[in-house]
Amino acid sequence: MAEFFHMGGYAFFVWSSYAIVFIAFVYAFVSPLLHHQRVLTELRKSTQTERKTKVVATQSPAATPD
Amino acid sequence: MLVGLLILGVATAATLTLTALQDNINLFFSPTEVKQGKAPEGRTFRLGGMVVDGSVERSATDLNVSFDLTDTAEVVTVKYAGILPDLFREGQGIVTTGSIENGIFVAREVLAKHDENYMPPEVTDALKKANAKQYQTNGGVKNDS
Amino acid sequence: MNHPSHSESSDRSASRGSKWRWLHRFGSPAWMYGFSGRWAPRFAVVSAILFVIGLYQGLVIAPPDYQMGDSYRIIFIHVPSAWLSMFSYFVMAVAAAVGLVWRMKVADITARSIAPLGAIFTFCALVTGSLWGKPTWGTYWVWDARLTSELILLFLFIGYIALHDSFEDRRTGARASAVLAIVGVINLPIIHFSVEWWNTLHQGSTVTRLDGPTMDTSMLIPLLVMFVAFNFYFASVVLNRLRSRLLEHERKTNWVREVVHG
Repeated sequence: MAEFFHMGGYAFFVWSSYAIVFIAFVYAFVSPLLHHQRVLTELRKSTQTERKTKVVATQSPAATPD
Repeated sequence: MLVGLLILGVATAATLTLTALQDNINLFFSPTEVKQGKAPEGRTFRLGGMVVDGSVERSATDLNVSFDLTDTAEVVTVKYAGILPDLFREGQGIVTTGSIENGIFVAREVLAKHDENYMPPEVTDALKKANAKQYQTNGGVKNDS
Repeated sequence: MNHPSHSESSDRSASRGSKWRWLHRFGSPAWMYGFSGRWAPRFAVVSAILFVIGLYQGLVIAPPDYQMGDSYRIIFIHVPSAWLSMFSYFVMAVAAAVGLVWRMKVADITARSIAPLGAIFTFCALVTGSLWGKPTWGTYWVWDARLTSELILLFLFIGYIALHDSFEDRRTGARASAVLAIVGVINLPIIHFSVEWWNTLHQGSTVTRLDGPTMDTSMLIPLLVMFVAFNFYFASVVLNRLRSRLLEHERKTNWVREVVHG
């Protein structure tokens, strides 16, 4: 096991490469999921306040064109 | 309008970069180019080639080392004082930074160039054995590098 | 059946005949949102399984290299990162071009979703290459054609993102940055063939050679497993990014209301 972590003397180069890629990949994977959650909660909040003020969303029900 | 300007800008930038790189994009000069006088005289440049088998001479007292570099056509002798990279060995491709002084390349830095082959040690041992057998049958010297 | 919002382009292309009908769904933000929501998790699972297999094979099973010892194990993440940096750029440029020519909103959002991930792959390729270069070549960095063109790729990704987001109007930003993305494609063959066209410190191609890979099978298999794992990872992350961006851009539409309350 110690031999495995030693990587024939190249431990620094091998493990720091793998660590950097690992961190970058976890970040890239998690950030859109968090962003999705954030947008969802934000939209839920805004529609809730819309309903409270009794402004029924009758205007612009159609899709916004590009 | 904006898009047109942008295309123009990017195209100009690309052309300028490519023409500027044209002269400098080659990382190193070969021994043949050095012998032809294409390498800059008295200035620092990079020289690349293969270390000639049996040409490496290490000093017993300090880090001074000298070896020959070849591109199979011409040979340039290189002198260097310092630690060589792990992959430096005879028959290996290297790239070295320095300048020509009295016909000898005085190196400031030596970099090893890796080839595109990847294999486990056992395979190379087998290859070496096969080679050694050939050497012996040909009456040649056994290669122990 | 109540159809969710379509962009104008998808309505136009839909009338062009059934041959391309399947394609026009990709132009519908609502359909794409559902599609990415279904497939991103599946791709993530496949990629995770392949990562475990590939890492185990690459770090434990594969033998050390005859010259570089164990330091060569960096290639199991370096080569797939470098490949995906170029592949991401290509897909991004194609998506940006489709968005530019057919005014397709989903295509533009796809391109913009790929860009940061492409930048991350490029960054990983550069950093791992550098950490491999130090023990192998004797230097972290050298301005040879391969390394320099890969660095330019990183700047292209960053430039694309910066240009895309620097306009008040999303469509202007999309158009301007699409042109940059398309022009930048010229860098891809330069990266790939740099090691053949010029003298570089970086070695030539190992896997994509006409005469077959010059790598022992025991090392090639983990590399290929990692390669497939990286591609599934890419697909999963791009779909997730696309999904969250679609929700944000389409916030005023009916289908988003349905998603939010459903």
